[in-house]
Amino acid sequence: MEKVDCIIVGGGLAGLSAAYGLASEGLEVIVVERGDYSGAKNVTGGRLYVSPIRDIYPELWESAPFERPVTRELLTLMGDGASTTIELASDRFATAPHQSYTVLRARLDQWLADQVMEKGGMVITKNRVDEILMEGGKVIGIRAGGDDIGADVTIIAEGVLGLLSSKAGLRTEPEARDHALGYKEILELPPSVIQDRWHLSEGEGAAHLFMGEVTKGMLGGGFLYTNKDSISLGIVVGMEAMKERKEKVESHTLLDAFKELPQIRPLVEGGTLAEYSAHAIPEGGIAKVPKLFGDGYLLVGDAAGLALNALLTVRGMDFAIASGFYAARAVADAKSRGDCSAVGLAQYEQSLRSSFVLKDLETAKSIPHIIENPRLFTHYPQAVSGLLEKLYTIGPHPSQKLSSTVIGGVRKDFMNARTLKELYAMRKI
Amino acid sequence: MNIEAKLGLDVFKIDKERHITIDVEVCNKVCTDKACLYVCPAHLYEIDDQGNNTVNFEGCLECGTCLICCDHRALEWHYPRGEYGVQYRMG
Repeated sequence: MEKVDCIIVGGGLAGLSAAYGLASEGLEVIVVERGDYSGAKNVTGGRLYVSPIRDIYPELWESAPFERPVTRELLTLMGDGASTTIELASDRFATAPHQSYTVLRARLDQWLADQVMEKGGMVITKNRVDEILMEGGKVIGIRAGGDDIGADVTIIAEGVLGLLSSKAGLRTEPEARDHALGYKEILELPPSVIQDRWHLSEGEGAAHLFMGEVTKGMLGGGFLYTNKDSISLGIVVGMEAMKERKEKVESHTLLDAFKELPQIRPLVEGGTLAEYSAHAIPEGGIAKVPKLFGDGYLLVGDAAGLALNALLTVRGMDFAIASGFYAARAVADAKSRGDCSAVGLAQYEQSLRSSFVLKDLETAKSIPHIIENPRLFTHYPQAVSGLLEKLYTIGPHPSQKLSSTVIGGVRKDFMNARTLKELYAMRKI
Repeated sequence: MNIEAKLGLDVFKIDKERHITIDVEVCNKVCTDKACLYVCPAHLYEIDDQGNNTVNFEGCLECGTCLICCDHRALEWHYPRGEYGVQYRMG
């Protein structure tokens, strides 16, 4: 069996990040990607938070094919027939270095694959890895298209479904309660229209999240990100929430209904639909992160459940890139010491624990449980808009004092035992 | 635009070998939920005239939601072979 230093299963951001690190160290690395090119099977909402990874491969990000830096953050709470939008325009977000950028994966991942190849790494596309090869509990390589390739270390970057690693017993199969479905349309619009509609200067971008009616009260929400000459408009909805809902909703219809809402229609008007895509998202949090390493292997990115939905911020790609970086370091060290066993690779988990990756997941450990509360997607968006609507209403009858309207509304919707209990639980966020 | 028209905009390289197979026995006799019918964002699952569940695997976006949501493991599901399946141009 042919043998190399390191094989990487999957040429997405986690796998390519690992490959870039290893190739930079002069190690022999092969990435096996099933798509026609890197990014062909990947989907993001989406936005990449660059701040946490700027010091990782600092030479890379200046030339990365990002779409727009996000300078404007919007959140809409949608009730039935009324919605409330909070818009944050911050000078700090509008000044370089920008903390986050909208991205399209087919562009970003292909570019990163090119950087890997420039460093001497090999990226083999159009090849599906069929099996992770094991010998006495140790991962010894892969089988792809009938060929076996051996490696001192196999980095498993196969993505959220973990088909190969769960078959090999390296992690468990994904479960509905820990995953969400994300799907979106890419609608092409001229850059000038995008700038006008979202009040942006040239080259700036917006990120807009929607909670409430958009998922019919199910865990999740809508999103809208502005790209250079298109917008990404989509929905994220919890899989368990879809299964538990009594009146079943065909998932794809949520996006059509979202587009038809009076607040959304003018934003997407004239847009030409260019692509429709979907992907699963790990949302189990740190409790569902599997064992990250063992004899001859490491898990990175979505395959390791490294993603975090904190409602206002949704992250995964920064974790993927960072986990790939630390995986590469661990493999290079293990190789130099000649020990690619679990003991030799243990540094990987330690470095993730002392980095933002597992620290942020640890900090957010109660979030997956808190966002399971359906009232976050029903009662609260409705209550906020309901109260504001009262304050803004002048009817035919004499008005109440402003203070009594507020107190009455707050008392009714927020000052009850259930809400206080929920707010108390949220202190953990 | 209906879902078929949306899928029509995507690039698919269709394999003659199917990558999703439904275990009709389990699907018909054990599963009461049939989550695949409503969770699939491409709306690929349909009950045919004989009352059997069918899947148009050609339009699969490869998200795996049906697989994750199938409690009764009635689906044999793997990624299409290399060179086949959806190829996102933007993603």
